[in-house]
Amino acid sequence: MQNLLFPLGWAHYLAGGVLIGTGVALLFVLTGRVGGMSTVYSSTWSFVTRSAFFQQARFLDSRGWRLVYALGLVLGAALYWWGWGPGAGGVAGHTAVPAWQLLLGGGLVGYGARRANGCTSGHGICGLGSLQLPSLVAVLTFMATAFVTANVVLALTGGR
Amino acid sequence: MAAYAMNPPRFAAVLAGGMLFGFGLALSTMVQPEVVLGFLRFRDWGLMLVMGGAMGVTLLAYRYAPRRLRAPLLGGGFDRHVSRLDRDTVLGSAIFGIGWGLCGVCPGPAIAGLGTGNLGLLWALLGIVAGAGLQGWQAGRQQALPLPPQTQD
Repeated sequence: MQNLLFPLGWAHYLAGGVLIGTGVALLFVLTGRVGGMSTVYSSTWSFVTRSAFFQQARFLDSRGWRLVYALGLVLGAALYWWGWGPGAGGVAGHTAVPAWQLLLGGGLVGYGARRANGCTSGHGICGLGSLQLPSLVAVLTFMATAFVTANVVLALTGGR
Repeated sequence: MAAYAMNPPRFAAVLAGGMLFGFGLALSTMVQPEVVLGFLRFRDWGLMLVMGGAMGVTLLAYRYAPRRLRAPLLGGGFDRHVSRLDRDTVLGSAIFGIGWGLCGVCPGPAIAGLGTGNLGLLWALLGIVAGAGLQGWQAGRQQALPLPPQTQD
């Protein structure tokens, strides 16, 4: 049963999830900020465009700490990867997903997450963590379309 | 809401929170698109443990911190996650899921994964930045359209 559901083991998933939650909780207890990750992609645009949408107070007021938070994400992932993970053996992260899939998929991810005002962390962790019904609808919706898309792509490319 | 003024303790707190988040994403292998796609193809249910673990801890903090503390430890007020059940939330989430199922990368791991030296993720990051820009441009136009013409005076 365990091997069927978690062929690569389960402990690192749970431990990683608890650490992610601890980061979001620490941010909240110390600063009161709600730490979803997709807003930084809109708030950072406010540095380079004068468009009224990006100059909204909610982006201007949070763009500073959101960039620091994003820097923390990079540093934290680097700390694990190069300290204990595959990087300790000198192996850099790598993906075999083709560039066009990353670029096109990323475009849809960015557009969709910002239109929905939340992503896997904004709706999934922060929204469900505040027991928001709209966030539950958002999570069930993106899980459903992601399951379908991933399996259709698998069938079409006929391989891995 | 005024801008959240940064000072050294707040800078350290935000950075530490982000580092725990990024450390967790790397430890749980969510920074590897192949693992996320493996979940979406029903090969490995680990992502449920990641989401469940993260949500459980967050739930406790969001529920009890405002009750036990008058204010966040470094000042200011407690923000709230606000979501609305409307067309944008459902349609946006559906589009987000299609993109996620295509590339296996979501906004957090696109940033955190760079720390592992996975430069291929720059393609996803570029896409997300462009998509967020497009959404803002479109939303700005729609906000501007229904208003009466601007008059000079």
